[in-house]
Amino acid sequence: MLHVGLTHFLVVSAILFSLGIYGIVTRKNAVMVLMGIELILNSANINFIAFSKYGNFGLSGQVIALFVIVLAAAEAAIALAIVLNIYKTFSNVNVDEIDHLKE
Amino acid sequence: MNFYDIIFYIFAAITLLSALFVVTTRNIVHSAFYLLFTFFGVAGIYVLLGADFIAISQILIYVGGILILLLFGVMLTNKITNVEIRTGTVHMLPAAIASGIFMGAVVAVMVWTEWKSEPSVIPLTTTKDIGHLLLTDYVLIFELLGILLLVALIGAASIARRDKE
Repeated sequence: MLHVGLTHFLVVSAILFSLGIYGIVTRKNAVMVLMGIELILNSANINFIAFSKYGNFGLSGQVIALFVIVLAAAEAAIALAIVLNIYKTFSNVNVDEIDHLKE
Repeated sequence: MNFYDIIFYIFAAITLLSALFVVTTRNIVHSAFYLLFTFFGVAGIYVLLGADFIAISQILIYVGGILILLLFGVMLTNKITNVEIRTGTVHMLPAAIASGIFMGAVVAVMVWTEWKSEPSVIPLTTTKDIGHLLLTDYVLIFELLGILLLVALIGAASIARRDKE
C-alpha cells in the first residue's frame, strides 16, 4: 500500500480536482475562478501522464498533456482579457454580481 | 518504502497542501503565490512519472506565463491601496460538502478499481520521441494548436485593447 503505484497518482489527481471545483464554486473573484480551472487542468494532466507511464501506451499521454498545457495558456490569455473588459464596464470582477452582458 | 516513494510523498504533500491554501486563503495575492508551489509540486510529480520535458514545459509555461498573467489580472482589477487584496466567498458549507462527497466517490473508484497496470519503460530523455510524435502521429493537432494560439493572441489583444475615444 505504501509502495507508490498508479493508484497513488490517480488519488492525488482526484483530490486536486476536487480542490479546484471547491475553489471555482466558492470564490467570488473571477481571477480566483481561473486559478481553480488551472488546478483542474493540472489534475487532468497528472492523469494523462500517469496512464502514459503505467498503461503502456508509449508517449502519447505526454504529448496530449503538452496540448493541454498549450490550451491552458490560450484559455488564460482570453479569460484575462475578458476579465479586464468586465472590470472596465462594472468596476468589479465579482462573478455573483455580474448578471448582464452590457451596462 | 524506498527513495522514490519518499520523494513522491513529499511532492504530493507540497501539491495538495498548497492547493488547499490556494482555495482557502482570502488574500488573492497569497493564493497566487501558493499556486506557484502547486505548479512546482505537479512538475515534480511529472518528473517522477518520467516526463522530464513536460515538467520543464510546466514550469516555463505555468510559472513563467500563466501565473504572471494571473497576477497581472489581480493587479489590474483591484483598486490597490495595500497588499491586502481580499476576495469574498459564497456557499462555503454546501460547496465543501458537495466537493467532499465528489472527492470521496472519485477516490473510492480510483482505489478499488483493478487497474491493469503494466509500467512501460519510459526512455531516459523523452524530448526526441515527443518531437517525433508531434511531427508524425499528432501533426494535425500540432498545426491546429498553432492556429489556435495565433487566434487566441489576436483575440485577447483585440478584446482587451482600449477603445479609441
